[in-house]
Amino acid sequence: MIARVIVTPKPVVNDPQGLTVKQGLGALGFTEVTDVRVGKYIEVKLEDGSEHEARRRVEEMCRQLLANHVIEDFHFDLEQEHKRR
Amino acid sequence: MKFGVVVFPGTWSDRDCGWVVDQVLGHELTYLWHKDTDLGGCDCVILPGGFAYGDYLRTGAIARFAPIMEKVGEFADRGGLVWGICNGFQVLCEAGLLPGALIRNASLEFRCEWTNLLVERTDLPFTAKCGERDVLRVPIAHGEGSYFADPATLSRIEQRGQVVFRYCDADGRVVPSANPNGSLHNIAGVINTRGNVLGMMPHPERCSEAELGGTDGLKLFRSVAENAFKVLVS
Repeated sequence: MIARVIVTPKPVVNDPQGLTVKQGLGALGFTEVTDVRVGKYIEVKLEDGSEHEARRRVEEMCRQLLANHVIEDFHFDLEQEHKRR
Repeated sequence: MKFGVVVFPGTWSDRDCGWVVDQVLGHELTYLWHKDTDLGGCDCVILPGGFAYGDYLRTGAIARFAPIMEKVGEFADRGGLVWGICNGFQVLCEAGLLPGALIRNASLEFRCEWTNLLVERTDLPFTAKCGERDVLRVPIAHGEGSYFADPATLSRIEQRGQVVFRYCDADGRVVPSANPNGSLHNIAGVINTRGNVLGMMPHPERCSEAELGGTDGLKLFRSVAENAFKVLVS
């Protein structure tokens, strides 16, 4: 099983990287861009098992290490590996 | 007085801190390796600057799992003096020993420059040698030193007087132009509620000898050396 974890800065946290990327996109002519937030993508491979249990464990991983709750939010998707080609 | 300086893989200010402790002040010094599981009878533990474990994932995120950190946490719980400088501050926040977090500088630049710090607490073992509202000249060197805490936490630490140092101008005015990294409320250093765990981004160990351009940092080391005995370690 694979957990695809996305970690993003909380809305209240200033994100200078996002602001800079937004300015860069604007300079390239993508004037429709109204906001950019830069976060992290983390892939975690797990032993196959129940999805319910995996969800609980990955949530714990996010809380304990993958995200810092003071400054970051997280969400993730789970995918069974045998579905992948 | 015995100081312990923690060394993680990637720490870079350990020898600077150690130099001030034993060569400048003549106090007992031991280096504590990140895999050590006892503190060797230290009266004060310093977590120095650098990039512990490469600052992988987030600054300080991996360092907090080092075997030595469990002992540092227990030591802090007993009232022992713990002093995190730069990366050490980031580690203490990640470990939950101090409130808040340090994020990317607002400028996105690594800032290596002199700053002025307004001392807001002089009743602490770390600052007892400072005068009321002293302004200390201390250098910074970091890319992720912008202090952040959610509004409720920020208001709580302000009410409880947990802000020890604030970036200010040479006259002690806390103004936006003196803020090198975008820290909320110009915060440069905070203490825990008990008063025994201090975290600060600026580097006092780099301004403790006249040859280095300033000696204000020595006030903090002297404070610890001469006041640690007043701290009750139960």
